[in-house]
Amino acid sequence: MAAKPELMPGTLDLLILQTLKRAPLHGYGIAQSIRRTSDDVLTVEEGSLYPALQRLLLQGWVKAEWKTSETNRRARYYTLTAAGRKQLGIELSKFERMVEAMGRVLRDAEEAG
Amino acid sequence: MKGAGYFWRKVKLLLGRETFATELDEEMAFHRAQMAKELEEGGMTAESARAAAMRQFGNATRMRERSHEVVGFRAETVAQDLRYAMRQLRKNPGFAVTAILMLALGIGASTAIFGFVDAALIQPLPYAQQSRLVDVDESAALFPRSNMSRDDYDDWKRMNTTLQSLDVYTGMGYLLRTGTVSEPVSAARVSDGFFHTLGVQPMLGRDFRPGEDKPGGAKIVILGYGTWMARFGGRQDVIGQQIGLSGDPYTVVGVLPRNFAFAPRGGAEVWVPLLDKSGCEQRRSCHNLDGVGRLRDGVTADQARADLKKIAAQLMIQYPGSNAGQSASVQPLSEQIVGKVRPILLTLLAGAGLLLLIACVNVASLLLVRSESRRREIAVRGALGATPVRLLRQFVTESLLLAVAGCGTGVAAAAVMMSMLRSLFPKQIADGAPFLKNVGLNAHTWVFAGVVTLLAMALMALTPALRLAVRDIHEALSEGGRTAAGRFWRRLGANLVVVELTIAMVLLAGAGLLGKSLYRLLHVDIGFDPEHLATVQLMMTDPAGQKPEQLKALYREIDTRVGSLPGVESLGLTTDLPVQCFCDTDWIRIPGKPFHGEHNDVMERDIGPGYLRTVGAKLIEGRMMTAEDDENHPRTTIINQTFARKYFPGEDPLGKMVGDPKLSPKSMRQVVGVVGDVREAALDDQPLPVEYFSIYDGPDNFFALAVRTRGDERALLPELVKTLRAISPNLGAYGEITMEQQISQSPTAVLHQLSAYLVGGFAVLALVLGVVGLYGVVAYSVSQRTREIGVRMALGAQRGAVHRMVLREAGLLAGIGIAMGLGLSIGASVAMKSLLFGVRAWDVSTLGGVAVVLGGFALLASFIPARRAARVNPVEALRAE
Repeated sequence: MAAKPELMPGTLDLLILQTLKRAPLHGYGIAQSIRRTSDDVLTVEEGSLYPALQRLLLQGWVKAEWKTSETNRRARYYTLTAAGRKQLGIELSKFERMVEAMGRVLRDAEEAG
Repeated sequence: MKGAGYFWRKVKLLLGRETFATELDEEMAFHRAQMAKELEEGGMTAESARAAAMRQFGNATRMRERSHEVVGFRAETVAQDLRYAMRQLRKNPGFAVTAILMLALGIGASTAIFGFVDAALIQPLPYAQQSRLVDVDESAALFPRSNMSRDDYDDWKRMNTTLQSLDVYTGMGYLLRTGTVSEPVSAARVSDGFFHTLGVQPMLGRDFRPGEDKPGGAKIVILGYGTWMARFGGRQDVIGQQIGLSGDPYTVVGVLPRNFAFAPRGGAEVWVPLLDKSGCEQRRSCHNLDGVGRLRDGVTADQARADLKKIAAQLMIQYPGSNAGQSASVQPLSEQIVGKVRPILLTLLAGAGLLLLIACVNVASLLLVRSESRRREIAVRGALGATPVRLLRQFVTESLLLAVAGCGTGVAAAAVMMSMLRSLFPKQIADGAPFLKNVGLNAHTWVFAGVVTLLAMALMALTPALRLAVRDIHEALSEGGRTAAGRFWRRLGANLVVVELTIAMVLLAGAGLLGKSLYRLLHVDIGFDPEHLATVQLMMTDPAGQKPEQLKALYREIDTRVGSLPGVESLGLTTDLPVQCFCDTDWIRIPGKPFHGEHNDVMERDIGPGYLRTVGAKLIEGRMMTAEDDENHPRTTIINQTFARKYFPGEDPLGKMVGDPKLSPKSMRQVVGVVGDVREAALDDQPLPVEYFSIYDGPDNFFALAVRTRGDERALLPELVKTLRAISPNLGAYGEITMEQQISQSPTAVLHQLSAYLVGGFAVLALVLGVVGLYGVVAYSVSQRTREIGVRMALGAQRGAVHRMVLREAGLLAGIGIAMGLGLSIGASVAMKSLLFGVRAWDVSTLGGVAVVLGGFALLASFIPARRAARVNPVEALRAE
């Protein structure tokens, strides 16, 4: 099995919030959505997903409610809250700043090399 | 960022933890099912799809835990520690029970003793601003604190500039008539401002008003709360009623509050103003009062003493006859009330503290042994990522659990011990120590128990933690670490055992000395035979019956009636029974000897003819008192040996004369007999000069009766009281007690007994704990050194040599402990010298005996492991490795 790139620390929350921006989803759905959207590059470990969801719930950025899933089973759907939407903005701009900075460093390194 | 909402959601989650867990489980089950479904759609069989999903999903438990960690509080990990600790203790109930019991013992004993210390020394007096109250009295050469005379009191009160108020009290007895029943009650006569000075307000009615204590004033009385409840049914309308006190009508003006207590007159049921001067009080030389004063603001007891001493010096010049040598004594009132018990209580507290220390050390070494056997567990937890802090917290949690359980059990034990100890005090002593009522569980004792528990916990948590800090985890994981660790533990454990043995030695030595003191005290030569001796106090209350002729007739009547009771061998009257009071003194002067107006205090006892023979006093020379010694014959006296030695050194006292300081003719008496010293005052007081006069020569309406019986004297007491009361309704008979009880219940004996028994108990427990500790250390050391012993034996060491080696090791520990203990116990016994009687602090036989006892037990404790060591089979020992 080829090594998959690890998620950058701190980005899981961002990915979850971004995924939930489109529609409320259950945990499995969130994992699937991230995997598909990233063309199987990013896989969310279940071991990280649920603790992360609890963290977001506690912060009040998402809320959870039980609904019936497409397969007619009870599932817990997570919805982005207003605070979560705001947080998403903050996280996004933070991430963009970081990517930009990294890009600069990498370009710089390339030129020098 | 983590605002109130965050906290609130967390609390909600914590409260709904069950729901949280089931929801999480359901959610994860859904996740796995979805995964399996997808894999199945991809072509897998249902079975392998589920297995794959499970595999991919990973450790569900771990995930659950991590989710819990996110939402949980820090407290939850504490709870986890607690659960783990509890499981650990449950797994090893023997250890847990032993440790908790030991702690409970230490905490219980020290808390119980502290209950008494708190009641007696920290909150001794139930009065407003009690630190401003002083005990005021006169002082003379023989008595550093002696009673005050009424005339002196009036002068002191008028002339002093340091006291806000000065009042006096004295004991009294009345025959209280309620309805048709007459009963003797103990009472107190006080000056008008007495209650005001103490800061006490009657709960019903009013206080005495200024001037109401003057001679000729109205007869009024204030009732004690207990008397009001018991004898007057707690009726409000008692105010204004008249009650009969020894035939005189007194009007009730007030009732004292329930919590009122005045230790020096603890038994008093009714309180009356001083009023008319008694016969004795007419003279300035009659000392029968005690004073209590309230200091002016900013004045110290020392300043007040200086002030009153100055006044006393003036009075000395003004009234040389009565006041020569009479000075003043002023001390805090609390000192007068609890001064005597302070050293005892502090000694007991120290003893209990040592016991607690030994218990903690013992539990600490138990924990140490356990931590040793848990080395592997700790190392594994450490290797799996438990931080040292987390490991330390585990130890603290375990000690906390033990300490809290020990504290709970200990406090319960303390409550039981306190009520048990309180019931040990005879009524006579309990009356004089009202603070005993406050002994019990209260805020103070709880705080004390809490602090003690915290200290115990710190000590217990620290010991294994210290070891943990030194330990390298890797070393512990590898088997090779054993020897070094074993040696380290042996050293720490051995040091702890030496501490235990030292403490045990100190406690044993203290107990030995106190026990020897008690023995000496109870076997002090009292100069009479207390066996088969019944006694009773009497008072003639009818004023008409108090004339000399009537009293003498009464004495004769008592002689005849009681003498004819079955089982009575002989009887005698006296004004004061033996072993009771350092009181009723007289000033004497021997004609022909140099005299400069000094007060030669001797104790005066007025006795009936049969008295000295009845109590069993030894006649040294001359004769005993006879019925002829009355006012119709030449006046005579019998003196005791101390009197003879002090005032007639090297002479034959028989035929010599004794008189009052003025040698007034009617006071002159001829010495007709000398008797051996009969112990008049407390058992530990020095023998004092005593003169015996005939009671028929100067009849007194307060007196006592001693009866020698053929059989059981206790059985005679009720009959005796009945017979006496039948003689006259105005004759009060009370305080009936056998002489042996009187001696064993005397404050001196009780206090000595109490301290000897308690410290003895502490010492026995300390001995057991110390010896068990020694056994534990030696046995552990042997079990750790099995291999070494095996090697030694394989190389030719004889069993005897191995035996000796182990004994030597134990002997060394015991020896160091005993030696250190000996040094410390000499220090300790010097500190408690005031509690010793007839024993020196460095009593060689006691200290030596105690050292032998401790050494013997230590030897016994090490004998078993030594034998086990000698039985080691070298082949097995080596193969086991």
